[in-house]
Amino acid sequence: MCARRPRRHARAMPLIEVSGLRKEYQGRPVVDGVSFSVEEGEIFGVLGPNGAGKTTTVECVEGLRTPDAGWVRVAGLDPVAGHDDVAQLLGAQLQESQLQPKITVGEALRMYSAFYRQPADWRSLAAKLGLQDRLGVRFGRLSGGQKQRLFIALALVGSPRAVVLDELTTGLDPRARRTVWELVEDIRASGVTVLLVTHLMEEAQRLCDRVAVIDGGRLAALGTPAELISQKADPTVIAFTPSQPLPEAELSALPGARSVRTQGPRVTLHGTDETVDALLTTLARRRITAGQLRVKDASLDDAFLDLTGNASAAPRTAHAHQENLT
Amino acid sequence: MTTAHPPATAPSASPSGAGPGRDPSALPAVLRTEFRLFLREPGALFWVVVFPPALLTILGCIPSFREASADLGGRRTVDLYVPVAVLLSMIVSGVQTMPSILTGYRERGILRRLRATPARPHHLLTAQIVLHGCASLASVLLVLAIGRLAFDVSVPRQLAGYLPAVALTASAALSLGAVLSAAARTTKIAQTVGTLAFFPMMFTAGVWLPVQAMPDTLRHVVEFTPFGAASQALDQAATGSWPGWTHLGVTALWTAVFAGTAVRRFRWE
Repeated sequence: MCARRPRRHARAMPLIEVSGLRKEYQGRPVVDGVSFSVEEGEIFGVLGPNGAGKTTTVECVEGLRTPDAGWVRVAGLDPVAGHDDVAQLLGAQLQESQLQPKITVGEALRMYSAFYRQPADWRSLAAKLGLQDRLGVRFGRLSGGQKQRLFIALALVGSPRAVVLDELTTGLDPRARRTVWELVEDIRASGVTVLLVTHLMEEAQRLCDRVAVIDGGRLAALGTPAELISQKADPTVIAFTPSQPLPEAELSALPGARSVRTQGPRVTLHGTDETVDALLTTLARRRITAGQLRVKDASLDDAFLDLTGNASAAPRTAHAHQENLT
Repeated sequence: MTTAHPPATAPSASPSGAGPGRDPSALPAVLRTEFRLFLREPGALFWVVVFPPALLTILGCIPSFREASADLGGRRTVDLYVPVAVLLSMIVSGVQTMPSILTGYRERGILRRLRATPARPHHLLTAQIVLHGCASLASVLLVLAIGRLAFDVSVPRQLAGYLPAVALTASAALSLGAVLSAAARTTKIAQTVGTLAFFPMMFTAGVWLPVQAMPDTLRHVVEFTPFGAASQALDQAATGSWPGWTHLGVTALWTAVFAGTAVRRFRWE
């Protein structure tokens, strides 16, 4: 007899699991074999250039689309077959969706809170998102930042365990963007898992614990932002203006140096920490001073360009897959 | 390669005993909100609720329309315009107002957004159909009241026949509107097609020439159109006879065809 087996690993089960996901539109694969899992309490980024398949991937997580192959689980539930239950515990902010132009902030929050079994108190939620003075204002009259804050509130109004935020800050000015970022950090601090779709590297680097980079429908890399940057062969960028000209050949011969670029008197060198040491030694020996010397880590931006530029290269993709499965 | 077998899904997270009607508050909440939004659309309210009674009033003020005519079997033109005004409100709400609201909701991603909640987008559809049906009904009552009080048009004598005829006509108009909402990708298309369809429908409903006054051949054709048949059924019930089964049947058949098409063609995004 097999009575219901106790779930020994229930606690260790990732909140969101995507495995071998594939989705085609008119015979063209838009998502092709994407796998990742999101642990409870993390901010997980789905990164990629426009048209990479990010939105389709999260739409499968939300149950808005049915995968052609592979599977998705949210808290162990199938988002399509178990739509009602998944919708109760997964809040969503969709890319480019709007509300009725004449609905007020208060009406929208009130209506949405009626959909859920354990709704949050929408008034205090509105206050937390700085919308308490806007309750009587119609959706069509809100600013871009206010609309996005309302969408965050609507995603949270059902007291979800996880929220999907798709291109949350697209079209916002830098100030509104920073406000929204702080709100996302607050969401996580309150114990809600965040699945964040973005094409902004700065956003991912600032917010995400881990990211999946998707390119051309495939998983190009998976890891923490720091891991992705350090995977680069040249994670360090050195820029300076030498007091005397330096032969480029000598610079590119430095250990770890990958590329040298000269723009007028200014030199930019991509390499490793070793390159920095060697460069300083060389400069000291030749008694050249380095004006405006700047040494910094490559950004996720650089890593991203590397990764997505190479998306079709099989080894890296295969590596990412394997890493994901272990 | 990738793990081939999906894990068994966890048991439902819903609290035990939730059973049917597990999200009982979704539809009332949507209905209530959509009602308030509907009241903020003065254009729609005017065309559905105000315009048909106003048209009847204007026509009723023409003296010759209040005189019995031998061509109409001793009835007055204003008598014939009561069912026409009733039809007008239904056609306007079904074919003009509702499709542009629904296609707008789809265009703006409002239906899609609702799919990502425990509520379903068909709650929104249901709410719109109910609201437009009620607005038409309000207009019908106004038309009947004005007809009775201002122009002495008798209220429908065959009430048991009149109510089903009104309900059937409203369903025909609303389901035709649903077809339009399903077929039109954008609000612009819905409005254009709605306007184009509006005139033949108004003609068959008898706005310019009451169906009873049409030449025989034309009348026989018009009686097989959804609103030609509905117009006749409404008129018969109003004058005290049971509406002809042919007229009711034709209207019901059209309703079924429209509703079936709408259900099959409707897209949420």
